[in-house]
Amino acid sequence: MSSESYHEPIELLTEGTKNMHRALVSLREELEAVDWYQQRAEACSDAELRDILTHNKNEEIEHAMMTLEWIRRHHPVFDGNIKTYVNTTGPITGVEAAAVSGASAPAASAPATLSTSLGIGSLKGKR
Amino acid sequence: MDLLKRELAPITSDAWEQIDEEARRVLELHLAGRKLVDFSGPHGWTLGGVNTGRLHHIEKPPIAGVGHAIRDVRPLVELRAPIALPILELDYAARGARDLDLDPVIQAAEKIAGAEDSAIFHGFADGKIQGIIPASPHAPIAVGSPLDWPRALTAAKETLRLAGVNGPYALAAGLEAYSELVSTGDDGYPLRKRIEQIIEAPILWAPGVKGGAVLLSTRGGDYELTVGQDLSIGYAGSDRQTVELYLTESFTFRVLEDKAAIFLRRG
Repeated sequence: MSSESYHEPIELLTEGTKNMHRALVSLREELEAVDWYQQRAEACSDAELRDILTHNKNEEIEHAMMTLEWIRRHHPVFDGNIKTYVNTTGPITGVEAAAVSGASAPAASAPATLSTSLGIGSLKGKR
Repeated sequence: MDLLKRELAPITSDAWEQIDEEARRVLELHLAGRKLVDFSGPHGWTLGGVNTGRLHHIEKPPIAGVGHAIRDVRPLVELRAPIALPILELDYAARGARDLDLDPVIQAAEKIAGAEDSAIFHGFADGKIQGIIPASPHAPIAVGSPLDWPRALTAAKETLRLAGVNGPYALAAGLEAYSELVSTGDDGYPLRKRIEQIIEAPILWAPGVKGGAVLLSTRGGDYELTVGQDLSIGYAGSDRQTVELYLTESFTFRVLEDKAAIFLRRG
């Protein structure tokens, strides 16, 4: 089995849910790696090794963002929340308050229009 | 409530679940273009057009001495395929039925997938969509008989290579072409395996491709599907017997590198 972390019988899960599981597990692993490299680099006493560890950490961040973008393209609720919160300015909780109240906020109107799509998104690479 | 107005429909959540699942299943089966091209979105209903970054210069401006130019944009096309379902049938879902008769959903999903793929592969002039096949500068390769596919595909792949278009490639085959490609050759060896060895790529069932097949690069950066509202089911109205829904989306499609595909015409 590619993953041991399913919480429901695999035969009850759709292919879409299994792929999303793969993506979410991958994202978690990449973020864990970022945390580990960050700590190792900070504690490392060898300058050259510290540079390598920092480089590796940045690579993991890239991997995490690529995976997150896949998730965004395949999950309308992730997509809506990313549109609401990412690349905003000011207090983040203020963005939430504006989104909930319907007041003008960066991309606050996007989630409502996306929430009921069938979530087809990109199928590139599928057969 | 959003533009789809689903909350107003006299449909139980159990029935909505089955309607959505059936539509999703058919769409993922039939949509071929999305399996091959880059995807941007979904951006929601508010996206009305895509910026191409280019200008149309006005030859004779209305005010002399002042240059006039109009920004080139690609408007999003909205598709809508109607669905009529008997309420009595849908209510069976709340009583535990898992096998609702959803043929109208299947038909609408096939139609809208066909419309999207037709625009992607053959273009849609009113929507300013050029289409992969009309945009290709390569002369189509004629395929004289089912046994002619290996020769034609070897030539097609060579044409793309000579044009500087590297792989990976994929072959999107229309109904008739696909049927021939998955048949067994005269020597008993499956034609499909031979073809996939030649093009080093999968053969994709693409009912929206008419009259043959198209070989294209899937390396990325050549074709872009931009989706505003992604495929969704909305509520149009109802009487005591029937509920009217519709399958909808907004999108446009751009050819960024016209040389990245070649058509193989079966005739």
